Amino acid sequence: MTAIEQFEMHPLAKYVRMDRFPHIWCEGCGAGIILNCFLKALSDLDVDMDKLVVVSGIGCIGRISGYINADSFHTTHGRPIALATGVKLANPKLKVVVISGDGDLFAIGGNHFIHAARRNVDITVICSNNFNYGMTGGQFGPTTPLDAYTTTTPYGNIEHPFNLVHLAAAAGSVYVARWTALHVQRLTESINKALQKKGFKFIEVISPCPEIYGRRNKLGKAVDIMNRYKDISRIRHGYDPSKAGITPERIIVGEFVDIEKPTYWELLQKQFFKVQERLKGG
Amino acid sequence: MAVQRAVLTGKHFMQGDIACAEGAIAAGCRFFAGYPITPATEIAERLARRLVEVDGVYVQMEDELGSMAAVIGASWTGVKAMTATSGPGFSLMQENIGLAAMTETPCVIINAMRGSPSTGQPTRAGQQEIMQARWGSHGDYGVIALAPSSVQEMFDLTIECFNLAETYRVPVFLLADGFIAHLWERVIIPPAEEIKIVNRKKPAVLPVEYLPFKPGENLVPPMACFGEGYRVHVTGLTHGERGYPQTDSPEAQHRLIQRLCEKIRKNADKIVKVRKFLLEDAEVAVVAYGVPSRASLSAVKKAREEGIKAGLLRLLTVWPFPEKEIQKLTRRVEALIVPEMNYGQLVYEVERVAKETPVHFLPKLGEPHNPTEILATIRRAVKK
Repeated sequence: MTAIEQFEMHPLAKYVRMDRFPHIWCEGCGAGIILNCFLKALSDLDVDMDKLVVVSGIGCIGRISGYINADSFHTTHGRPIALATGVKLANPKLKVVVISGDGDLFAIGGNHFIHAARRNVDITVICSNNFNYGMTGGQFGPTTPLDAYTTTTPYGNIEHPFNLVHLAAAAGSVYVARWTALHVQRLTESINKALQKKGFKFIEVISPCPEIYGRRNKLGKAVDIMNRYKDISRIRHGYDPSKAGITPERIIVGEFVDIEKPTYWELLQKQFFKVQERLKGG
Repeated sequence: MAVQRAVLTGKHFMQGDIACAEGAIAAGCRFFAGYPITPATEIAERLARRLVEVDGVYVQMEDELGSMAAVIGASWTGVKAMTATSGPGFSLMQENIGLAAMTETPCVIINAMRGSPSTGQPTRAGQQEIMQARWGSHGDYGVIALAPSSVQEMFDLTIECFNLAETYRVPVFLLADGFIAHLWERVIIPPAEEIKIVNRKKPAVLPVEYLPFKPGENLVPPMACFGEGYRVHVTGLTHGERGYPQTDSPEAQHRLIQRLCEKIRKNADKIVKVRKFLLEDAEVAVVAYGVPSRASLSAVKKAREEGIKAGLLRLLTVWPFPEKEIQKLTRRVEALIVPEMNYGQLVYEVERVAKETPVHFLPKLGEPHNPTEILATIRRAVKK
């Protein structure tokens, strides 16, 4: 049996485009784990793949949309949430998921993120946070920790990083969670939950980048980074997201927000109904 | 069942922006994403009120980058989608206009041109984004742009924009200007059944056999939309007929870019529309589009009263550039006059095609041309 044939027997094989493999990601990258957890959640929920749309932006994780066997859009840098907003509002029957990176969603695309969260558009956003721009060779970005070395912070980073779960919660997300790539089971459950919940859902995944970010900051091999996640992450459901900033000593993970709020579409439907009634009444 | 009031058949006294919005609804547009900007705001205002009446969606985005992205997303669900803006917003949209061109997404962008560059003169008019419409995003691609010169054409040509976008799977621009956008004139909206509507071609094959970017009729691939079971992958990266990225193949780059350009170039004769006035025996011709064509027409009529054989070629289509029409003209006339509300844009195209025939350029910034100044240029042109 060839390697490809063995892969075809994988229980999640039907959820991916087999003709697109091998993928482009480096050894030890967290992107494959995120893909696996996402597919597992789709499988657990038996999601209709003809009614799923995956939208991604630019960057390493941005290539994920091309591997998933569903309608998918690999957009311009920073715009996946805005494009996904168009997809969801034009056809609310579709399940729309954005999977992209920290730079794409929070630097160049930051404005779209906060406004989609504020509008409570019914989409799920999964952010692979690897603390740098990997695709372009490792420059600092909006989540790079203070003092970290990247190709554009050769003397250490002097910019304060975003605390993404705090940002998401403040912007109005109805569901906010953070996991590391080590928390495979919990991440899968979180995606599963987000896919069933209405409104703007946000899941941050702390993702290893051993080849680029890790190498420059002497974090060791992928397994060392994973061990570090194990040592410093603390599961704290319901923790105040404003206090959940990532430090070298501690990564707070868990579900920070899980609330109900009318979605954009639900409020729009009410308007439709009102206007249609008015028109019928002449 | 929704109460449909899509086509407001009858005679109206309407503003250009409102006529444009009504044209969009009559054409079947059911999605608008935009950001308020003078002098295009009234299009958004009208659609915010009207789309909900016809089961459509109006969404006001955080900026024009997001607006254009949302329009593309909506179009891929099979819905006719548009946005409306002016110069500053048009600049921001260029990024995703390139994405629309690359992914062959049917969509309509209204640009009510004001005084430019930068913030310019928001409440005045201009024609300063003619070249930006053609070349605004990075790279080579074909686009279509129409230029209305009356409120009636704000209605008619908006419908035409949607029909062309659906036929050729390209971003189509309505290059209106601040004057036409804010002008009030009579508009006749015909009965719905008399309005020609074109819808994009769907694949005739099963999903397993479907190649999303394999050219069909007119070099345009039939379009499967999201949710229809075809599981299309769409990317702004160079892609093959399957839609998958082909980032290292020079052949793939050549094949795709050539088709994106040629599907407009090769179909130019079908796309281009012009109007001719008194050109049969003309010795001098004014070539104009948009607002300046109004003053040009009265200048031509006055010239005729003076015994000068003047005529007018009015371009409804700006892009693809009506080369053949200009070529035909240069065989007959001794001089061409090009009035534009900019400092020289489409005149370069006219010169390129006119070759030996003298071209007199008449720039005007901040206000429309006066017929007398166009007449003066006509007189000067025939003296030489």
